[in-house]
Amino acid sequence: MPLSRSDVEKISLLARLQLGEDELEQMTAQLRQIVQYVEQLSDLDTDNVEPMAHTLDLQDVLRPDERCPSLTRPEALANAPRHDDEYYRVPAVLGD
Amino acid sequence: MDLHQTSATAILGELRSGNCSSAELTRACLDQIDRHDEKIGAFLYVDAEGAIARAESIDQQRSAGTPLGPLAGLPVAIKDILCTRDVPTTCGSRMLETYCPPYNATVIDRLEQAGAVLLGRTNMDEFGMGSSTENSAYQLTRNPWDPERIPGGSSGGSAACLASSMVPLSIGTDTGGSIRQPAALCGVVGVKPSYGRVSRYGLVAYASSLDQVGPLARTVEDAALLLEVLAGHDPRDSTSAPIEVPRYSETVGQPLEGLRIGLVKEHFGEGLDNEIAGAIQQAIQVYEALGATVQEISMPHAAYGVATYYIIAPCEASSNLARYDGVHYGYRTETQAMLQELEEERAQRPADTDKESIDSALVRMYRRSRAEGLGAEVKRRIMLGTYALSEGYYDAYYLKALKVRRLIRGDYDAAFGQVDVIAGPVTSSPAFRCGEKTDDPLSMYLEDLYTVTANLAGVAGISLPCGFTQHGLPIGLQLQAAPFQEERLLRAAAMYQAETDWHTRRPPLA
Repeated sequence: MPLSRSDVEKISLLARLQLGEDELEQMTAQLRQIVQYVEQLSDLDTDNVEPMAHTLDLQDVLRPDERCPSLTRPEALANAPRHDDEYYRVPAVLGD
Repeated sequence: MDLHQTSATAILGELRSGNCSSAELTRACLDQIDRHDEKIGAFLYVDAEGAIARAESIDQQRSAGTPLGPLAGLPVAIKDILCTRDVPTTCGSRMLETYCPPYNATVIDRLEQAGAVLLGRTNMDEFGMGSSTENSAYQLTRNPWDPERIPGGSSGGSAACLASSMVPLSIGTDTGGSIRQPAALCGVVGVKPSYGRVSRYGLVAYASSLDQVGPLARTVEDAALLLEVLAGHDPRDSTSAPIEVPRYSETVGQPLEGLRIGLVKEHFGEGLDNEIAGAIQQAIQVYEALGATVQEISMPHAAYGVATYYIIAPCEASSNLARYDGVHYGYRTETQAMLQELEEERAQRPADTDKESIDSALVRMYRRSRAEGLGAEVKRRIMLGTYALSEGYYDAYYLKALKVRRLIRGDYDAAFGQVDVIAGPVTSSPAFRCGEKTDDPLSMYLEDLYTVTANLAGVAGISLPCGFTQHGLPIGLQLQAAPFQEERLLRAAAMYQAETDWHTRRPPLA
């Protein structure tokens, strides 16, 4: 079933993007075209194929559990749009 | 000596012998940027003062007899996606317009330890998503060979500044072809190292299982020298490989005896520009004359590369770019206006509708900040990835793509059982005109046909100049080698370069 405009609206909430009316329209058409293109993968029989999420066979890369320097609080807050020198500040989360 | 026209390796010789100083060299690069970058648009930020101070300090160290690193005094341009302490790192995005990282990417540390002079930051498609650098939020970059055309992307600025002789070396990143394709379209050399060869620590993530940092240069020797500095295991990147780095710069000039070259028959079908096909055939003849054996091989899943890539990369992107939330760093929407809009929506809501149908203030803040801070292509890929990973679609898209990825890797493993390197085109056509593909995302994605499979499989690839079209546009030859066989890749590339002079040609800058 082709992607509908209301599907795209739902995805935009999951993706935390606000799309305007025109954008929704255009995004629906473009995503449909791209999804139709990538669906060619269903031509291939992959029943006995192991998925490959990563090209290196590295597993459980560990380091000693030792304390080491990290960012200071001022450094971590320096790029925040809003902070109070202790915490990041956001619009009210509760009681909304 | 015309400093900005010579190879990095030759310039280093001049610096070491005292024929010129790093300060002179750096000023020559800055002059060239002053003269031409208004038109080319390769740089987002040039640190003239910092670069000259650094160059003078290297010159002083040299005259004091202090031991210096392998790139001492050499200016290098950096794609604006590698975190550099207290230097703006925008990724070509409004989202990060004011972002100054509190730490250095490992490759930046390595360049500084090697004595490089970091000259400035180059333009790119936003977060590396694009094939023309037109997705930069800031400016267009022009192809130095024809300013009406795009330089390729996403590392378009890093390729264009080299081609227009503004700098002897630059750094790019390659997730689906973003070093090789602009190198090909601008007539320079670009290497995508094997996955895990170069640390990704401090590289702003697009698709973490595909991203690699690599060198762009005007010659294969220069690329070998720069890769040697960049490569190596890094404890801060657990996906960097604990495999020793060969001395590429010492072996690059040694020809390979009995080199076996594979031509992928699927690469030479419909859709490949005739002039490019001809240039590749001629390059193969050069190798045959050098004693290489050439055989046709098949990669039956290569044609599925773009479809596989445009599922996996957007999935990883949708997850990676969730960090741009308008809270920790980056752009945040104007909150007062946002809250007022929300109030109005609530007042207008019919009494019987679900309260959940309207965003909470926090969710709306995320959504508006991201909508205003991110560009169209980035939004498209986030949406595509979110869809492909959502409940009910995961198996059909993401899992399916991971399985096809395994098949593509299998094609490579079989090929490298028969041949040492795979040779072929980098792009199906030369540089296209600005604006030609901006309204058609899928046609832009198909630009990546010959390059994405290397990223999906984790193999190494290089693009090097191998000719020009009738209209004077550069053509690139792509060579690929098995994972961690960069030494072989570079030696094979240098063999061709030694027989040809394409890499010495420069565009006539107005």
